[in-house]
Amino acid sequence: MNHDPYQWGRPSDQTYGQYNHAIANAKNAPAEHDSFPKMNTQNPIITSTSVLGIKYKDGIVMAADNLGSYGSLLRFNNIERLIKVGKETVVGVSGDISDFQQLQRILDELETEQEVYDNFGDNNLRAPHVHEFLSRVLYNRRSKMNPLWNSVIVAGFNDDRSPFLKYIDMLGVTYGASTLATGFGSYLAVPLLRKVIPEDKDYVNVSEEEAKKVIMDSMRVLFYRDARSAETFTLVTLNSEGVKYDKQVQVSNQSWEFAKDITGYGSKQL
Amino acid sequence: MFRNNYDNDSVTYSPTGRLFQVEYALEAIKQGSAAVGVASKTHVVLVGLKRNAEELGSYQKKLIKIDNHMGVALAGLAPDARVLTNFLRKQAMNSKLVFNRPLSTSSAVLSIADKAQENTQSYGSRPYGVGLLVSGYDETGSHLYEFQPSGSVLEYYGASIGARSQAARTYLEKNLEKIRESASMEELIVHGLNALRDTLSQDVELTFKNTSVSVVGKDTNFTVYEDEDVQQWLDKLDSVTNSSNRNDEDEEEDAGAAAEAEGNDAGNQDTTEDRMETDE
Amino acid sequence: MNTTIASEYSAETHATPIEHRFNPYSDNGGTVLGIAGKDFAVLAGDTRHVEGYSINSRYEPKIFNVGDDIVMTANGFAADGKALINSFKTQLKWYKFDHNDKRFSIQSAARYIRHLLYGKRFFPYYVSTLIAGLDDEGKGCVYSFDPVGSYEREQCRAGGSASSLIMPFLDNQVNFKNQYEPDSDGKVKKPLRYLELDEVLELVKDAFSSATERHIQVGDGLEIHIVTKEGVRVEYFPLKRD
Repeated sequence: MNHDPYQWGRPSDQTYGQYNHAIANAKNAPAEHDSFPKMNTQNPIITSTSVLGIKYKDGIVMAADNLGSYGSLLRFNNIERLIKVGKETVVGVSGDISDFQQLQRILDELETEQEVYDNFGDNNLRAPHVHEFLSRVLYNRRSKMNPLWNSVIVAGFNDDRSPFLKYIDMLGVTYGASTLATGFGSYLAVPLLRKVIPEDKDYVNVSEEEAKKVIMDSMRVLFYRDARSAETFTLVTLNSEGVKYDKQVQVSNQSWEFAKDITGYGSKQL
Repeated sequence: MFRNNYDNDSVTYSPTGRLFQVEYALEAIKQGSAAVGVASKTHVVLVGLKRNAEELGSYQKKLIKIDNHMGVALAGLAPDARVLTNFLRKQAMNSKLVFNRPLSTSSAVLSIADKAQENTQSYGSRPYGVGLLVSGYDETGSHLYEFQPSGSVLEYYGASIGARSQAARTYLEKNLEKIRESASMEELIVHGLNALRDTLSQDVELTFKNTSVSVVGKDTNFTVYEDEDVQQWLDKLDSVTNSSNRNDEDEEEDAGAAAEAEGNDAGNQDTTEDRMETDE
Repeated sequence: MNTTIASEYSAETHATPIEHRFNPYSDNGGTVLGIAGKDFAVLAGDTRHVEGYSINSRYEPKIFNVGDDIVMTANGFAADGKALINSFKTQLKWYKFDHNDKRFSIQSAARYIRHLLYGKRFFPYYVSTLIAGLDDEGKGCVYSFDPVGSYEREQCRAGGSASSLIMPFLDNQVNFKNQYEPDSDGKVKKPLRYLELDEVLELVKDAFSSATERHIQVGDGLEIHIVTKEGVRVEYFPLKRD
């Protein structure tokens, strides 16, 4: 077998002679330098875990940790996954980090383009527009069988200034709710968040402190139980005063009391 | 006989820095019948004078809808306008589809301005031969723009394009305050029709057959009114003919209008400088 | 025949090789139902949005008024459903521009949707599509489609995850299948008749509350779009959230 990375997997020329592109009707035989088969993303490489979002009466609180994992290796520990788009919208991305960075570039480009055509200088690129745009990007990529391997939460405000919180996944599926989480968070955090907001309309009864508290609690539970989560995270608060970033927040009030009782593969049988 | 050596294509400047093909395109607008646009704080009205080539034929459409919140009036080559409005419709739908929001009036006009500008800078292409008045109502309020084949767009409170449009501009200048403060849609329409009336030539009068009216604004989708629907506003005009502007100085005014159509005198002089004597 | 060991922890074998590649589809559950009456039609759907065993949202409407008093839903894979409805809506706008604001009749809408679906015959929209409205004579009508564009006009149709639970109920209650005149010894079929709107609404509510009991992907809320000659109106009823 030929071990040249560009020819990898082909029969070696020394043994079998020049590779014959005519075989298997390879009509558009690629040029020598890019003859490595084109591959679309089949699985994520550097990954990140849950993004959380909850509405409250004046806005939205979001959180996501700063970890980028390479399988079970904690590979990067300073990745900011809550990105600001326009003046009052935050996009939280989990999943593949390189695809996240691609999304970041697409959104940067979008923002520049909007500035060129927005000669009134008012912030008309808002959360519903960013959400619709991203859903088209992700759906179009999945339709090309070349997905961006991410789950995204878009937070911001509607035209009537009520809070906006919606989700998009790598297939282009979208939905909105007052409590949202991606990845592991949808199992571990959403039940905790829904205890604060049992029905979607109830977010109007939740204060900023309550919203922050339940997010902090959820991040702690995730740190306990999600092996791909980290202790430091970013907390973002969106309200009429603007977008406030709290960076390098630590998971607080941890209790590892139970740990001393664990032996072998689990807790001691009583 | 003089021949202009600098108007064979749209990419060559004349020695005095002019692009003749673009200027000719602006002339084409003046060949079209007039259209007038007026904007109050809440509404934008477009009115147009329709022409028919012959008695048996239909009238040329002057007003075209782009989306629920936007529409245009045209003067000049109608087929060129079709291409531009089709493009605008696509832009409007794309905005709904990709961003889930209506296309803003400013980005709409800038998008066709980019298209028009390209034609002034590529060899073998012809600038659009049509001027547009773009009316729209979006989250920043009501807007009226004039689009020109040169690629320039400017926002106006009152604007007019097409044949004898200077007369309408004179009316708009005189009544600008009243137009801006128009409390009702109807008031605004009447101002638009008054301005349009002033562009009429001697033997023409405004009738419901040759007049089109459109409105767009707050809580009002872009709507075109034609035929009998226009009569209600024509009834409100003090006169549907231009006779009040046509007194003893009739001849003089016509001469003025003619000069306007030819471009100003200074312009004519520049033209001669750019001309060369040829054998013919 | 190829066989593959499923994992190193078991000796289970599969008849086909395990596929391990990107799957462009998912199932977002939910169920929908359309019934046509004499001079009205309804299209109803639950508002739950799921993936796997998780409830993503308790209110994510999937029935839309697409214009010209036609209501439409595409239930199944939500991203495809949204894409199909959006492309139909856009094309309807072009139809209006190109045909001087002419009303798009529901049979034309149905034929057009068939082309949209068949156009992706080899990478289908994974949805069951229903439209409801009034036909040219003002009679209520429902059209149903399979994912690749087969379609027919019907009196009623259920689609989506609980369609197999609801459809037999509809056969019996709307088309009077297996219903016979009393005292006829099962010989005389109960004659067909148009149902009134209030009867239909009760049927729809019963169908959905029953489906909610028996199907995990159905629940939270019921949204009913009612088309009459006055236009489209929407009614909402809560369903069980468990």
